Amino acid sequence: MNESIVKTIGVAFAVCLICSLVVSASAVSLRDLQKENKLNDKRIKILQVADIYDPNISIAEQFSELESKFIDFNTGLMMDEYNNFSIDDYDQIVVTKDPNLSSKVPTSEDIAIIKNRENVGKIYILRDEIGTIEKLVLPIRGYGLWGTLYGYISIEDDFNTVSGIEFYDHKETPGLGAEVDNPKWKAQWKGKKIYKDNKVNLVVIKGKVEADDSESTYKIDGLSGATITSRGVTNMVAYWFGESGYSSLLRELDYES
Amino acid sequence: MNLKKYQDVIVKPLIDENPITLQILGICSALAVTNNLSVTMVMCVAVISVISFSNLFISLIRNYIPSSIRIIVQMTIIASLVIVVDELLKAYDYETSKKLSVFVGLIITNCIVMGRAEAFAMKEKPLLSFLDGLGNGLGYSLILIAVATIRELFGAGTLFGYEILPLISNGGWYMGNNLLLLPPSSFIIIGLFIWLIRSLKSDQIEEDDFFVSKHSTSPDLSKREINV
Repeated sequence: MNESIVKTIGVAFAVCLICSLVVSASAVSLRDLQKENKLNDKRIKILQVADIYDPNISIAEQFSELESKFIDFNTGLMMDEYNNFSIDDYDQIVVTKDPNLSSKVPTSEDIAIIKNRENVGKIYILRDEIGTIEKLVLPIRGYGLWGTLYGYISIEDDFNTVSGIEFYDHKETPGLGAEVDNPKWKAQWKGKKIYKDNKVNLVVIKGKVEADDSESTYKIDGLSGATITSRGVTNMVAYWFGESGYSSLLRELDYES
Repeated sequence: MNLKKYQDVIVKPLIDENPITLQILGICSALAVTNNLSVTMVMCVAVISVISFSNLFISLIRNYIPSSIRIIVQMTIIASLVIVVDELLKAYDYETSKKLSVFVGLIITNCIVMGRAEAFAMKEKPLLSFLDGLGNGLGYSLILIAVATIRELFGAGTLFGYEILPLISNGGWYMGNNLLLLPPSSFIIIGLFIWLIRSLKSDQIEEDDFFVSKHSTSPDLSKREINV
């Protein structure tokens, strides 16, 4: 009797119905938790790169100390408003899929291989008690070996010195390229300078930086066994601190101060 | 009740009928997720729960599944369970789920799950099937954990992320073996395990499927026929 067409369709239908109920129930009931995890994960990275993360205080509370601003890449100006986007919900990675809100990067300029760059980005500002800028947290991304690395880099108030770097998403090989997450490697970014004579000069070199190298403030140790990831990070810095990235903003802020 | 039978379905897949080393199933995930012990552990828990419950549910409805669509029905149940596990991971262990990424979804294609459903759960009672899934999941986990221990310890000098052998790059003395951090090294390690287990338990050695005959040459070349 099991083989009749009615029975076959009936069983198939029942199995599909029950399975889809189970799947959708789990997806819907866990969605809020998952969203929060994702958001918190990014926020922790931002707080870490600004060097103000304290695991004992709630993330939302700590994050409110940072000021978020839109930045127009074409003019290099900071903005409080952009279309009808709320700054907290604006996702500059998502808008790169919208041709009205992003622009294609010409291949010759696309050293970080990001393909599309959003017209307006989002940055985070840490101010001291009297309101002067203490640090900037700038999102960066670029292609490594297996995929795009997404991260943040923070800049001191001279708008040239790196304060820290963190990646929140990448697909690099654990133990090799994924050593971009190694705290020891990240620590050496602190105090390095980006620009020399208005040109991006900071590079991740191959091998270790010699102690007596006169250019050592512009050099980061390479990740051993991960030449392509190291090059990707260099290109990423070159792109995002170049003309199509944050350079005009940083120049403007430096001029103001 | 035959207790021995219940004990057997759990204990046998550990070494004697290990799904990885005897049946050579589930190799793909064994290659991909074994460079870090804590990630491997989460993967093992995910696989154990998927095999056990898919075996249980399939066994529960085994008498109602028409044989013409049985594979699809099994796949639907397995896939649903995998999605639920994936959603749970994303909600409660976001860090690890980020590292496992696509490999949780790929449990669906893990041949062990499908194999046990088809070979065992379709014939046996629910409780026994559940335990069989548990046993096979544990057998799979045993190999994965052993591989991950070797890879993480000698590749990155750590276990569960804690430093055991201080690396030169961190100011220590140990030079990490980069090969062990890449997936192909699991092939070598699993191969060595299979060798070890089969030398200890010679009944696992398979008979050759065919024999290669010795090279033969005709002594008199002029008598050879040549087709042009």
